[in-house]
Amino acid sequence: MALSNVVETPASGFNFENVCRNVALEGLLQGGQTKAPKPMKTGTTIAGVLCKNGVVLGADTRATSGEVVADKMCAKIHYISPNIYCCGAGTAADTEKTTDLLSSNLTIFSMNSGRNPRVVMAVNILQDMLFRYRGQIGASLILGGVDCTGNHLYKVGPYGSIDNVPYLAMGSGDLAALGILEDRFKADMEMEEAKELVRDAIHSGIMSDLGSGNNIDICVITKQGVDYIRPYQESEYKDKRQRRYKYRPGTTSILTEKIVPLELEVVQETVQRMDTA
Amino acid sequence: MDSQIKGVSTGTTILAVTFNGGVIIGSDSRASIGGNYVSSKTINKLIQVHDRIFCCIAGSLADAQAVTKAAKFQISFHSIQMESPPLVKAAASVLKELCYNNKEELQAGFITAGWDRKKGPQVYTVALGGMLLSQPFTIGGSGSTYIYGYADAKYKPDMSREECLQFATNALALAMGRDNVSGGVAHLVVITEEGVEHVVIPGDKLPKFHDE
Repeated sequence: MALSNVVETPASGFNFENVCRNVALEGLLQGGQTKAPKPMKTGTTIAGVLCKNGVVLGADTRATSGEVVADKMCAKIHYISPNIYCCGAGTAADTEKTTDLLSSNLTIFSMNSGRNPRVVMAVNILQDMLFRYRGQIGASLILGGVDCTGNHLYKVGPYGSIDNVPYLAMGSGDLAALGILEDRFKADMEMEEAKELVRDAIHSGIMSDLGSGNNIDICVITKQGVDYIRPYQESEYKDKRQRRYKYRPGTTSILTEKIVPLELEVVQETVQRMDTA
Repeated sequence: MDSQIKGVSTGTTILAVTFNGGVIIGSDSRASIGGNYVSSKTINKLIQVHDRIFCCIAGSLADAQAVTKAAKFQISFHSIQMESPPLVKAAASVLKELCYNNKEELQAGFITAGWDRKKGPQVYTVALGGMLLSQPFTIGGSGSTYIYGYADAKYKPDMSREECLQFATNALALAMGRDNVSGGVAHLVVITEEGVEHVVIPGDKLPKFHDE
């Protein structure tokens, strides 16, 4: 969902301002031959589901920069600790750095205390940091993990609000994914069923949202360990390259060669013995 | 609610009512963004800040969670220093200090209710700007505007536990029925000297008032 415009509380009803603008633009530019610009979206679909033996997280792999797909295989499921992973939606740099910072802090904590971090601790650290920055850090995160107190799934908003939930979706494709999750989620699902559900939810986001696409990554966290399946499913719409874009050595012919030796003069030489006792 | 709350807001109905021997604090469970998207149907607005003291939150969810986090720590620390359970008034004052001193940045209101040895069951309101008020019962949030009449007419001092539970349930149901940003399930907590009891009433089990 394009959260940015919802936060500004738009007037109720439909807003046709852009239609008038587009009509005016089309008239101005080359006498109606240029079409109005397509809507721009930056997007993601991420989802998480609690199941009987653990947590399943899923994400698409498209990173957009304006209208261009900047990365077709970007990793949106970030490592936090051996038992906690985090999906990030929003500004890519913000989600990357925030999760990096969190991961570093938890590693230091683990070393100092000798304990594995708990999901609730990760959530509290995230909440403190995001609240301090008053929403300037555009990171909407899904935190999932298994610790000594059980399986947990948390939703963290960019302003620092948290919610403990059994299933959720975030990003611009969240409404599409939420439809699938609301329909088929049941408490205590089997692992395979949960993986299929998350896959279907992300797939729905990819199909219905311009900002989501390409492959689907799935991350399964259980008490025994983590299975990060990347990609869980490849896009069926991959284009086959028409040509090879690598140039073999010798493609560019060398016309002339000029060698200029660098003249160096030894000015001073000092020897310092290293004590390697 | 007309306030321009950034991010997730709890357009909400919250209330707290004293009865003979205790206090009931209640809320709905809806969190919304922009007044037209329900971001959570099951958000917890009743935060326990000490053994016999609860707080319900209204306004910006992020602000309210941050304030109650700080308040929980401060109340806990105060209780350890004093070597006795905190007074409800002390807890409410902690919230009031946080709200008043940061009134420019925060957009959150609270109702604090609980039981202590000195004064028994009490209810305090901490409004948006940091005003602290003690009342026998209070309602708050966007949905409260629809039940002022009901609350004023139906409240009696010294009710029994069952009467009070019915009063609170009815009030929440009426408000959730009329306010679009209140809804979900009704959370009620009964606080007495003996302990704390949670009552959760799913939306479809709430009393119906001319609903079809």
